[in-house]
Amino acid sequence: MPRTIRIAPLTRIEGHAALDIHLDEAGDVADARMTVMSLRGFEKFLMGRPVEEVPRIVTRICGICPWQHHIASTKAAEACLGVAPTPTAAQLRELCQMLASIPDKILHFYFLAAPDFVLGPGADPALRNVAGLVGAAPELARKAALMRYRTQMGLEKFAGKVIHPVAVLVGGFSKPLLEHERAELLALTRDALDFSLESVRLARETLLPPLVKRFRELGEYPSAYLGMVDPNDGSLALHDGVLRLMDQDGSHEEFHPSDYTSHLAEKVEPWTYLKFPYMRRAGRLVLDEREPVGLYRTNCLARVNVCEGISTPLAHSELEIFRREFGRPAHQTFLYHWARLIELVYCCERAIELLEDPAILGRDIRTLPIAPRAGEGVGCVEAPRGTLIYHLKCDHEGMVTHANLLAGTTHNNAGMNLSARQAARSAIKGGVYDQGLLNTVEMSLRAYDP
Amino acid sequence: MVKIAGEWLNSCSGCEIAILNLGETLLTLLPELEFVHLPVLTDNKYFGQTGERDALTIPRAVVGIVSGGVRNEEHLEVLRELRAKTDVLVALGTCATAGGIPALANQTSAASMRELVYRGQPSTVPGPDPDPSRHHIPAMLETCDAVSQHVKVDLSVPGCPPHPDWIAEAIVSLLEGRAPAMPERSVCDGCPTRRLGPDSGCAGAGGTLHRLLEQPAFDPDKGLEEMRCLLEQGFMCMGPVTRRGCGGREGAPRCIAARVPCRGCYGPVNAHSLPFVDYVGALTAVGQSYADMPDKPGYLSRFNGSHTIIRKLED
Ligand code: SF4
Ligand code: SF4
Ligand code: SF4
Repeated sequence: MPRTIRIAPLTRIEGHAALDIHLDEAGDVADARMTVMSLRGFEKFLMGRPVEEVPRIVTRICGICPWQHHIASTKAAEACLGVAPTPTAAQLRELCQMLASIPDKILHFYFLAAPDFVLGPGADPALRNVAGLVGAAPELARKAALMRYRTQMGLEKFAGKVIHPVAVLVGGFSKPLLEHERAELLALTRDALDFSLESVRLARETLLPPLVKRFRELGEYPSAYLGMVDPNDGSLALHDGVLRLMDQDGSHEEFHPSDYTSHLAEKVEPWTYLKFPYMRRAGRLVLDEREPVGLYRTNCLARVNVCEGISTPLAHSELEIFRREFGRPAHQTFLYHWARLIELVYCCERAIELLEDPAILGRDIRTLPIAPRAGEGVGCVEAPRGTLIYHLKCDHEGMVTHANLLAGTTHNNAGMNLSARQAARSAIKGGVYDQGLLNTVEMSLRAYDP
Repeated sequence: MVKIAGEWLNSCSGCEIAILNLGETLLTLLPELEFVHLPVLTDNKYFGQTGERDALTIPRAVVGIVSGGVRNEEHLEVLRELRAKTDVLVALGTCATAGGIPALANQTSAASMRELVYRGQPSTVPGPDPDPSRHHIPAMLETCDAVSQHVKVDLSVPGCPPHPDWIAEAIVSLLEGRAPAMPERSVCDGCPTRRLGPDSGCAGAGGTLHRLLEQPAFDPDKGLEEMRCLLEQGFMCMGPVTRRGCGGREGAPRCIAARVPCRGCYGPVNAHSLPFVDYVGALTAVGQSYADMPDKPGYLSRFNGSHTIIRKLED
């Protein structure tokens, strides 16, 4: 009899979703769908608010990447009002974005994903979690927990508030960085760099290879990729740059984020509250793992695929190791974990670079005066889960009249659904499955860090 | 070992990160706690590990912790199940205690939100609303509600997110079987900035209220005690009408520490306070006029949309 297996909630992910696996008469997988159960609709209630308040509201879209929402929306508001941050403020923002990414990546790799690698995909579900990790690898777990905590607190000490930040203001930043703060953050970030190098080595030498091999059939399909790059040399960019959309064969086009509607479109499906972005020029979206149409992916794997290189040396040599092994573009879903750690190294190195530049201590932190005016603007950064685009319009008093946003996880909606179906098809046959096999299907989603 | 079941409803996961930000305290408490259900960190499933059950089930626990507001039928089902399976229910974070920022949506209809998202965006190819009657997704409720509007709550820990000190206080007081000592009074009560009073002439007195398009005056090399109160400087600071606690046991209010005005993320000072009324007095005291304030619901009801009675605006 045809039936549906519902896996709910999806666990050890940072959002809310469920997975329905539909089995046919023979017990084989007919389809699998990841459904997002609720609509938050921030776009709606941004309307009528003063445009400079948007960055203090949208942080609540995500408690894990509030800094990226804070910064991208500020850029959009600035474009509306026709102001730009001072150079020092731009450095401080990028610094905060880098510092915020470090605990986020540690959290995902060690607390959410690693229980599958260390304890095994089929381990007892009551133990397959961070507490189990503490039992199995106490030193490592403790170290990761401490590093995550220290980087969170370091950023909080400087910026006042780390979860749902408030320090980024239209035109700049709320306070300058003091010399003693810089020294503290520098020491902290150097420790974080050591830890990130240890992590990427551990991952590529020990934890990931067996799984990459085993999971090849669970998740590899050709897709396009979207990510930000430096307009000058095409290197990895997270804070500012142009967007590059790379096709399955590696050919690519670049566009300014403000041109997003010419390149990206979104489709509504009746069975989930989350929309499906796709490449506009494809004209449609087809979720077929052999020949997907219109599908692109974002997040770290996309970013390391689209970039020409990485501007910091240690992350760049990790990228070279990665490319030697998997080519470019690399299509295996499981490689998201690996790419995430390459980015972790980059974030630490980039934070150190910024902190070592004396200009970051500048006292000119805000472009003033700023007058309300009617305007329209797009702001964009790379969030941990993908390209984050804000599009705002305001009236002559600077009150928001329209808001649109494309968040990281939304871009990956199609990719995640395809991965889930592919993983389910290879894991479940003839109606035979158990909790461990179902967890491997969930692992194909966990890789995206949704 | 005390069994704990945690859930998140219409939430952002910031409250859960705030729990992790207990740091060492969490590691000390962990041996005494057993998380039987906590979707962000552990793998327990509503319908059994292989989806074999029909009814949504959460294991029994002594303490239930819930973050996020109630926005759809599934949130309601999960919340009722959690209430039924736990002895003590803690509402964690301002979304759970007062609706939080997502309840700003209560100023317009749920249908108008769907209209915008699914048919009113330049990047979206218009399509019909997702259809809960034909697919396995829950229907949206008309409003985004606080948890206490649907079930009995034993302990409220507000904050967006709550400071880890008060999360620790909530857990430890439950373990010790005593009443928790939570902060009362307003953010101003714990704010170190200098208040000179209306007689000394407020920067903003008689002038216009400042939006965040302007920059407060302060000397970055000097502490907060040397900075003049932001409200006295003419900035709309919600400190007077917001519950204290964001700085933890020791620290200054967090936004003030970043040199920006409070926006009210701890919710109203107490269950009976009326920010819309109380703020009139706060502005008058610094020589400002309430009538000049733009977007009043956007400032005064930013975090407590489930409790204030605001007229629905035109969609
Ligand atoms: S209270 Fe704040 S931190 Fe907690 S879930 Fe709501 S928005 Fe997130
Ligand atoms: S109004 Fe704001 S700045 Fe002034 S005392 Fe209160 S919290 Fe502090
Ligand atoms: S100052 Fe106000 S808005 Fe800022 S963290 Fe504290 S209560 Fe929340």
